[in-house]
Amino acid sequence: MNPKKVDKAAIAVLYVLAALIVLILASLLAFILIRGIPQFSWEFFTQPAKTFEEGGGIIIQLFNSFYMLLITLLISTPVALGAAIYLSEYAPQNALTDFIRTAIEVLSSLPSIVVGLFGYLIFVIQWGFGFSILSGSLALMIFNLPLLTRTIEDALRAIPGAQREAGLALGLSRWETVTRIVLPAAMPGILTGVILSAGRIFGEAAALIYTAGQSAPALDFTNWNPRSISSPLNIMRPAETLAVHIWKVNSEGIMPDGAEISAGASAILILAVLLFNLLARYLGRKLQQKLTSA
Amino acid sequence: MNQTKMTIRDLNLWYGDFQALHGMDLEIPENEVTAFIGPSGCGKSTFIKTLNRMNDLVQGCRIEGNVQLDGENIYSHRYDVNNLRKRVGMVFQQPNPFPKSIYDNIAYGPRTHGIRDKQQLDQIVEESLKKAAIWDEVKDHLDRNALSISGGQQQRICIARALAIQPEVLLMDEPTSALDPISTAKIEELVTQLKEDYTIVMVTHNMQQASRVSDKTAFFLNGYIVEHGDTRKIFTNPEHEQTENYISGRFG
Repeated sequence: MNPKKVDKAAIAVLYVLAALIVLILASLLAFILIRGIPQFSWEFFTQPAKTFEEGGGIIIQLFNSFYMLLITLLISTPVALGAAIYLSEYAPQNALTDFIRTAIEVLSSLPSIVVGLFGYLIFVIQWGFGFSILSGSLALMIFNLPLLTRTIEDALRAIPGAQREAGLALGLSRWETVTRIVLPAAMPGILTGVILSAGRIFGEAAALIYTAGQSAPALDFTNWNPRSISSPLNIMRPAETLAVHIWKVNSEGIMPDGAEISAGASAILILAVLLFNLLARYLGRKLQQKLTSA
Repeated sequence: MNQTKMTIRDLNLWYGDFQALHGMDLEIPENEVTAFIGPSGCGKSTFIKTLNRMNDLVQGCRIEGNVQLDGENIYSHRYDVNNLRKRVGMVFQQPNPFPKSIYDNIAYGPRTHGIRDKQQLDQIVEESLKKAAIWDEVKDHLDRNALSISGGQQQRICIARALAIQPEVLLMDEPTSALDPISTAKIEELVTQLKEDYTIVMVTHNMQQASRVSDKTAFFLNGYIVEHGDTRKIFTNPEHEQTENYISGRFG
């Protein structure tokens, strides 16, 4: 065969492989949405779950998922940002920073169930936080930190060295250069990274089963005292999230409409994650345009 | 003969084990243009960066010797680097404006150093842009993103940005090598005007440029200053054979 034909054949193969990925995603989405969306109803979104009867909703789990996401981001973003700034702007190239990088990579490859069990031993038992949003968020932080640190570090590194030189040459200190030049310029990438990690957090179940618990006590949405056990804002209450709920309904649910509930909840979960991804792209692009356009 | 603004004495610089600069001695006179010429990799850019300590952040870079600004050693432990860089501004080879409006680019330095008054900032921006000979081209769209104008204009924005913090010395590291001939001519003209108020040090690859705009020239080769003195003398009657060979285009 001549090189031209080989080239064409190679492109065809690559094309098919790429199409395969899209096909897998599309069929998964179609399957989940087609089964799930018909379950959507006003009651489904506004009623608490029922253990023995039909007609339970997901309002509490849905709220828990978003609330846990918020708390997790509040805890992990500053840590990841600090670590990323250190690694990208200050860390010298030596054995210590190599070690830190390796540690981050190992952390990112830990199975989430192991992170969950670790969180159970440390946060739930040792530190006495019990099954709670706080324990769950700390476990999610461990799960989330490596990737978030990595994406923020990449976003910072993508800012050309010439920008830093420009700042330093104006008599700005290193810290001023980082906070006033590098960070603002890297904001689109950082924001995209945070939102994408939000998608991962939102869908995580295994790390939460033993940390945030598998029960969703009734919430009183008129009670905004964060120290009351029935208050949605209380971070010391057990909180089953949507992803954990799906797992639980499927493995030990005894309500007669378990299959329908899990289909509906899955669809919501997928839609939320999809939304996070689209939002990340949209906001990242908008911000980039604002930074570079006329 | 003007007063000496900067004095360099026995300056040696290493990148790790590699010695890039050997025993540099040089005076930089006030309100004149000093040009550094020489082939690639001879240490011109490394040397100009020692004058505002931009090499500080390069890992493995070690410096010995003495660089004085108005008689004070800028490498002494007590010396404030950030203040040094306010007094010794720098323009780079590639224009590197911030991804912000033209106005904000110029106002950036003064703002960071504590000037908040809008009127005062407006005035600094206008003066700096005028000094950099770009005011007429951009005065009607100061809110445009600095990345959206041409490379030659961007470079003059960078010069204005450096001037806005009122430096005494302006370092220019091959400021025209990324620009077209017309933009280059504008920058050269600008340099000859700026020397009335500033001391200018300029690295250039272009020997015609050095002979056109500079008063003093230093010829670099392999990390040594081979010869320095009045530009006219260097270009018409150099003392060293290597200088003559380089200037007449026999190498480099």
